[in-house]
Amino acid sequence: MEWLNSAYQSVADFSVWWFSQPAVLIMLQIVMIVTPLMLAVAYLTFAERKIIGAMQVRMGPTRVGPRGWLQPIADALKLIFKEIIIPTGANKVLFVIAPILSIGPALAAWAVIPFNAEYVLADINAGLLYVLAITSVGVYGVIIAGWASNSKYALLGAMRSAAQIVAYEIAMGFALVTVIMAAGSLNIGTIIEAQSGSPLHWFWLPLLPMFVIYFISGVAETNRAPFDVAEGESEIVAGFHVEYSGMVFAVFFLAEYANMILISVLAAVLFLGGWLSPFEGWLPEAWFEITGLGLLLGHGVHWLLIKTAIFLFFYLWLRATFPRYRYDQIMRLGWKVFIPITIVWLMVVGLMILTGFGWWFD
Amino acid sequence: MPEIRNYTLNFGPQHPAAHGVLRLVLEMDGEVIQRADPHVGLLHRATEKLAESKPYNQTIPYMDRLDYVSMMCNEHGYVLALEKLLDITPPLRAQYIRVMFDELTRILNHLMWLGTHALDVGAMTMFLYCFREREDLMDMYEAVSGARMHAAYYRPGGVYRDLPGKMAQYQSSKYKDEAETRRINEARSGSLLDFIEEFVQRFPTNIDEYETLLTDNRIWKQRTVGIGVVSPERALQLGFTGPMLRGSGIEWDLRKKQPYEVYDRMDFDIPVGVNGDCYDRYLVRIEEMRQSTRIIKQCIEWLRNNPGPVILDDHKFAPPRREEMKDDMEALIHHFKLFTEGYTLPAGEVYTAIEHPKGEFGIYLVSDGANKPYRLKVRAPGFSHLAAMDEMSEGHMLADVVAIIGTMDIVFGEIDR
Repeated sequence: MEWLNSAYQSVADFSVWWFSQPAVLIMLQIVMIVTPLMLAVAYLTFAERKIIGAMQVRMGPTRVGPRGWLQPIADALKLIFKEIIIPTGANKVLFVIAPILSIGPALAAWAVIPFNAEYVLADINAGLLYVLAITSVGVYGVIIAGWASNSKYALLGAMRSAAQIVAYEIAMGFALVTVIMAAGSLNIGTIIEAQSGSPLHWFWLPLLPMFVIYFISGVAETNRAPFDVAEGESEIVAGFHVEYSGMVFAVFFLAEYANMILISVLAAVLFLGGWLSPFEGWLPEAWFEITGLGLLLGHGVHWLLIKTAIFLFFYLWLRATFPRYRYDQIMRLGWKVFIPITIVWLMVVGLMILTGFGWWFD
Repeated sequence: MPEIRNYTLNFGPQHPAAHGVLRLVLEMDGEVIQRADPHVGLLHRATEKLAESKPYNQTIPYMDRLDYVSMMCNEHGYVLALEKLLDITPPLRAQYIRVMFDELTRILNHLMWLGTHALDVGAMTMFLYCFREREDLMDMYEAVSGARMHAAYYRPGGVYRDLPGKMAQYQSSKYKDEAETRRINEARSGSLLDFIEEFVQRFPTNIDEYETLLTDNRIWKQRTVGIGVVSPERALQLGFTGPMLRGSGIEWDLRKKQPYEVYDRMDFDIPVGVNGDCYDRYLVRIEEMRQSTRIIKQCIEWLRNNPGPVILDDHKFAPPRREEMKDDMEALIHHFKLFTEGYTLPAGEVYTAIEHPKGEFGIYLVSDGANKPYRLKVRAPGFSHLAAMDEMSEGHMLADVVAIIGTMDIVFGEIDR
């Protein structure tokens, strides 16, 4: 028995040592973020098909599993087993790298998102800057995919996407600058805490035009309807990923939806107070002390999820409602409407800060 | 230095917006179209040649398959040509039924056009809304002819049979529960006329719904206003007909200008556009659907009060009733002759045209006195519309080409024939 005990001890020691290594811990945390994210992506596609189905007086998927609930799993399995066809004229290396370049940033940006007061993978000072930098890299995946495919449709899609993302990045950046000014910090956790008080303290109210512009730019950034000219199904078939099949296509798909969720989370974090409870400041303090109910009413990750879900619903709603913009019209909207508005509002926010306007800037 | 030059883009025939098998060779300067070269013929089925080897009646089903979203209107053009050469006039009730189904077909066609046009421009919800209503129209086709699409309902001398007094009922299934089935069947509980009446009562509200989504939608307007402009003079020169011509502001409608059947008894208006762009053509077609419901209402009113025969009682070209055949030798012979060698038309030539949902659908028929045509020529409205593709899309962007294809209401069944 002695040797068994010591063997057990050494194994236990080893695992304790193993799990105390920062690298291992971080890997575990990454898994804890990415796994639910991938599941969320899978079921976002399901939600999209069901919600848009309901808006279009049809049912959406019903056949796989009870009421179609296994549909995303079946889709994933199908895509995994499909052949990856690399066109003869394609640049093979870039063709394969492109989807990786697309999904990498989409996942990496999640590192700085705080899920509640404590849970954040990387609590870095320049969190927002990091998000902006990382999401800008995502466009390379699209451009390289379009170029490497050696297809005219794909090239057109890539060109459109590049121009569009550059235009909207600026508007989005300016919108975020106002948030940074209002919060006085680039750290996302601090930005959320700067909004505490009540839903009226959240930044959506003083920065309302920026809030709207941020979300619309976000829709444009992620190439979603009505700004989906980079895919433009009825014009350039599938745009930059027209030549992709099987899992490499699925990776683009994952990146697109992960980006959608990211934009929604950021909108919730920056303008709707992230994990802050909307009841804060309205309900008496004692209510938050009640066991169970208090946990639901108080701050927590569930509020972040609910707020994110609302934005995601808007994404789907827009898709079901609007026709697609033409490419030059998107450019006009970005350069001639959004950017001037953001610049003007930048000044307004500056003035508000100078005068200590309202309870946001005192 | 590499030479910078325009490049060509093959748009179709396998393309989501090619409306079947359109192949467009686009010469592009970046996103801007320099030249659009439509290639046709990929859906050529030799309808005109096939007609030359078949008794007249057997060509009617081929007509359905020309423009396969406005089936009965194609039949109408063909059957009118036969009747003109035979010099017969169908009973009044048959004429009313024909007018009513022509207008139902117009709605059927315009719904298809609206759905696909909107889908091309990116509003995919429209497509499903339109198909919801098309389903009811298909049921009407089925009730009256037994087929949901290729009806073969119009015959020389009238229509195949009278409107049924009973509609087919839906059955509930795993995906359609009892309450839903009951709701669907309720409208179908009466006769076909009741069902059509219920439809035309409800349909204007549906058009309002479509208009809510599109007419004042800024994106829709940005995508259609000023796109594919055709001046009235140019529209005439290009041989435009139907909504394409009316969208340019020319009030030309065969139903008014050279009325056939009972259109001269109908009270309806011709909508015309002003600017001749995609948006005006959209508005014209939307209004045409409203006018069609007006015409259908008048037909229902008349048909309710005037029962009677729906096909001429001349067994030289209209088959005898089945009961007669059981105990009448002559009827049996007529039936046999009609369904084997058919009937002969006097030698001569004839051109008839009807106001098809897409424009002027003409049939030019030459008979040498045999039981089949010597030559049949179909004038498909879409053909001359498609020919203007280059002119309409020059200088526009790639996305506008899609909108222009949509606004032309192209169906390759009739263009390639």
